Amino acid sequence: MIAEALHGARRRRSNKPESGLSDWLESWHIDLWLLILLLAVAGIGLVVQYSATGHSLEAVWGQAQRIGLGLIVMVLIAQAPPDTYRSVAPWVYLVTLLLLVLVLILGDHAKGAQRWLEFGIFRFQPSEFMKLAMPVTVAAFLHWRRLPPSLLTILLTLLMVGLPAALIMKQPDLGTSLLIIAAGGFALFFSGLQWRWILGAIGAFAAAAPIIWERLHDYQRTRILTLLDPERDPLGTGYHITQSKIAIGSGGIFGKGWLNGTQAHLDFLPEAHTDFIFAVFAEEMGLLGFLLLLSLYLAIVGRCLYISLRAQDTFQRLLAGSLALTFFIYVFINIGMVIGLLPVVGVPLPLVSYGGTSALSLLACFGMLMSIHTHRKLLAN
Amino acid sequence: MLLGPPRRGRTALKNVQAEKNAFLRRALIAVLFCVVCVLILVVRMTDLQVIEHDQLSTRADQNRMRVVPVAPVRGLIYDRNGTLLAQNKPAFVLEVIPEQNKDLDALLARLQPIVHFSEADALRFKDRVRKTPRYRGVPLRTNLSMEEVASYEVNRHDFPGVEVTAGLTRNYPLGASAAHVVGYVGGITEDELKKATDERQYQGLTQIGKLGVEKSYEDVLRGESGAKIIEANAFGRPLRELDYRRGYPGRNLVMSLDAKVQLAAEQALGELDGAIVAIDPSNGEVIALVSKPGFDPHLFVEGVDSKTYKALLDDPKRPLFNRSLQGTYPPGSTLKPTTALAGLEYGVLTPEHSEYCRGEMTLPGSSRKYRCYKRSGHGSMKMLAAVMNSCDIYFYQLALSLGIDRMHASMSGFGLGRPTGIDLPLEKSGLAPSREWKQRVRKENWYPGETLNVGIGQGYTLVTPLQLAQMTARIAMRGGGFKPHIVHATADAITRDVTPVQPQLLDRIELKDNKNWQTVIAAMEEVAHTPGGTAYRIGKDAPYRIAAKTGTAQVAGLRQDEKVARRFEDTPLHLRDHALFIGFAPAEAPRIAIAVIAEHAGSGGAVAGPIARQVMDQFLLGEVRYGVNAATAPTTTAPAPPPVVPPEAFAEDLHLDDHEHDREEDGVEQE
Repeated sequence: MIAEALHGARRRRSNKPESGLSDWLESWHIDLWLLILLLAVAGIGLVVQYSATGHSLEAVWGQAQRIGLGLIVMVLIAQAPPDTYRSVAPWVYLVTLLLLVLVLILGDHAKGAQRWLEFGIFRFQPSEFMKLAMPVTVAAFLHWRRLPPSLLTILLTLLMVGLPAALIMKQPDLGTSLLIIAAGGFALFFSGLQWRWILGAIGAFAAAAPIIWERLHDYQRTRILTLLDPERDPLGTGYHITQSKIAIGSGGIFGKGWLNGTQAHLDFLPEAHTDFIFAVFAEEMGLLGFLLLLSLYLAIVGRCLYISLRAQDTFQRLLAGSLALTFFIYVFINIGMVIGLLPVVGVPLPLVSYGGTSALSLLACFGMLMSIHTHRKLLAN
Repeated sequence: MLLGPPRRGRTALKNVQAEKNAFLRRALIAVLFCVVCVLILVVRMTDLQVIEHDQLSTRADQNRMRVVPVAPVRGLIYDRNGTLLAQNKPAFVLEVIPEQNKDLDALLARLQPIVHFSEADALRFKDRVRKTPRYRGVPLRTNLSMEEVASYEVNRHDFPGVEVTAGLTRNYPLGASAAHVVGYVGGITEDELKKATDERQYQGLTQIGKLGVEKSYEDVLRGESGAKIIEANAFGRPLRELDYRRGYPGRNLVMSLDAKVQLAAEQALGELDGAIVAIDPSNGEVIALVSKPGFDPHLFVEGVDSKTYKALLDDPKRPLFNRSLQGTYPPGSTLKPTTALAGLEYGVLTPEHSEYCRGEMTLPGSSRKYRCYKRSGHGSMKMLAAVMNSCDIYFYQLALSLGIDRMHASMSGFGLGRPTGIDLPLEKSGLAPSREWKQRVRKENWYPGETLNVGIGQGYTLVTPLQLAQMTARIAMRGGGFKPHIVHATADAITRDVTPVQPQLLDRIELKDNKNWQTVIAAMEEVAHTPGGTAYRIGKDAPYRIAAKTGTAQVAGLRQDEKVARRFEDTPLHLRDHALFIGFAPAEAPRIAIAVIAEHAGSGGAVAGPIARQVMDQFLLGEVRYGVNAATAPTTTAPAPPPVVPPEAFAEDLHLDDHEHDREEDGVEQE
């Protein structure tokens, strides 16, 4: 109680310079900073979409509608206090796990992978739900356990993470699977997982690498080989990487200017408006544009970490921290793969790549973060 | 109460602070992790966008830019009077864009009534559709007629994705009449591209000069390719033009050829095969260069099919063969003026020197008979009469006195035995025989009897019609003269600046006594203008003085024991004699020197002379006067030469191996 009082006092002091708009938004459980940053990134996304889709206002409007829907979902989720998620999370987790099994049995094929479930008129990807459910569930579980985690806690957490991750990997969707592992793993990391386990895990992974290599699909292997030497097969698997490097490099420091990128407009760049949209952006906006976008992303991550530091209980801390790092890893994997640092896995650039599901689940996460931040204040008051 | 389950509640306060501190440490490590990742991204991006920028920019441009060569317009070819000999004609091509037509078979069926095309056209079309990008037009038919273009235009709304495009195709207005000399263009072969000084010269071009001046002036006519730089997308579809580099059209050629004379010459030959070369002796310009039979050059422009090509190759008359500079013939008596000149020059002969012709002679220590074509003999003859009558015995004796070495020197002096160097391809060198040549090629010594044969233009001697014309031109120029050439000037197609081709002066044929030129020319004038001369029939009514010499070259010799010559009509065509003629006019101020060879046509005076006269008429008078009114003009109406020689003349005309025989006298007698 004393701690709460202390928090409240500090809160009030720091509230002074904040505007009335901020207070008003907080009363609606919306964090002004996060909202501004998310809108900025989404705005950039729409501008790049227009260029990447070949001046298709239709596509941009469609994406804007999806972002709008995502923002509404975000605000709705933010209205619920964090404890609600904690209690709901296990159920969501279990249902989603069931759905993932269903997907494998009767899912719809798209691009050689089973990811979708048909529900009458609308298709839906259970793995996206798992992106939400995983950090909440792990955070709630760890909140319930004594920390730093015991070996049993760690094993149970790994089971919790590994089961859906394996199911998603089997679809196969390596990108989402990695993100889900990251979400669970980061929560475990923030819970104070002992370094010996962390280093041990890294060592074990290195040792298991050849076995993992054996288990990988052919296309996944070629992607890794391509990463090491994209010119190996410049017209085949290396084509994406080679063309996106050409696009980015030819952009230079200042870029070719909006709508002036040749690589995407002339169809040299595959997946220009989805997974490889960063190449379009970097070609047209140059290194300066990249630094601006990166700053926005880092500001979002920073704000999320700040929220996690100000969070009032372990569950909220772990959840906020995990979401912050997962978001960062999202950005890092996408940019890393487009510029040829990481193998090509299907991870979109958050809020910029075309596509509704990914934007929806991301904004839902930010809704939870806003809820953590704004409900804390209400409590303090 | 909100901080967690009850079992942690006991030490809640302490744990909260400890957990918060632990979390703070982890958060700092997370920030550190983020910073490292961000640094990796920034370094890599800087590497790509700053350090590798230039290289990757180039690759981006290479990706999107395509250089499309723009073919230059080939230079036109004119004759000396501005008549077009080769031009570029618009040709309409029907193209189908497969992308816009899903069912090509149905489309072809619908097109058939509008634009006729053959089964082969359709097959070739379908073949090319498979090899061409879907959005690019594939030609179905070339060379549409105006009617076909019109009927397409009327129905074009029914045929989206079908287009008629206009291009240029080479056209030769004179057709077969000048095919050998103007030549033709055809598809470039790989070999030709390799031989080209620079393959890039042919970017965008599909055709190259194959024959005639089209070949020899290829570099002048071709022009320079331009280029369009277009932006293309990843599928190669051109989107827009970024840059245009102008090419330059090929230069126009003005040939020294006179189309009217060329046509008159061709017509004068009638149905006969043979060659006519007419040269302006004052500058070496070729006025006419005919080889018959000809062929249609357009066959090769469109791409000849193998069946037609084989037929042309297998034709026994060899229409593709340019007789005027590839054909080598025994010169026969047309060589006598130069032999006489050599006699005068080497002092073995004076104009007053006489020989007695008994109709035959033998060499000491040999029983072999060398006969004059006139079996009864010419009797006593001086040089003038010997040339005029073309007496063989006189020239046997002269040849004996000269010897092969000096005769070889004389022939070489007039350019026989080597190419004249005319600006046309494929010229042959012929043969001026010598001891050295016989030793080298036949590995045999020279026999005196062979000298005799050379004296009357038979034996081993072989000349091209062009060499004969050039020899005549040099006599006309009294030893002077120019290298024969057929292009008068080249002209820039845009600025119209004319660059004349400079005539190339040849080393003068120096005589000890220049009077000898006049002596020989006077003798040649006698041939045409004195009754009894072998070419009197064309000289007697000529409005200008002609200096001439006829010849009848034996194709196959008679055996020594063959007592009676076959009648001309009884001789198989391919064994009949060639009719030859050389001459120039006007004799006192020569403007045209001519050589005519009519293959297997018999008598030079009767057949070749009138042909030459008609050509000279056309050039000197602007019209053909000789033989026009005569209903029985032998050269223009008769498919085969008339039997001008009385049978008894043949009975007398018993020849030996490799002999020349003249029948001109008999022809003249007939008149």
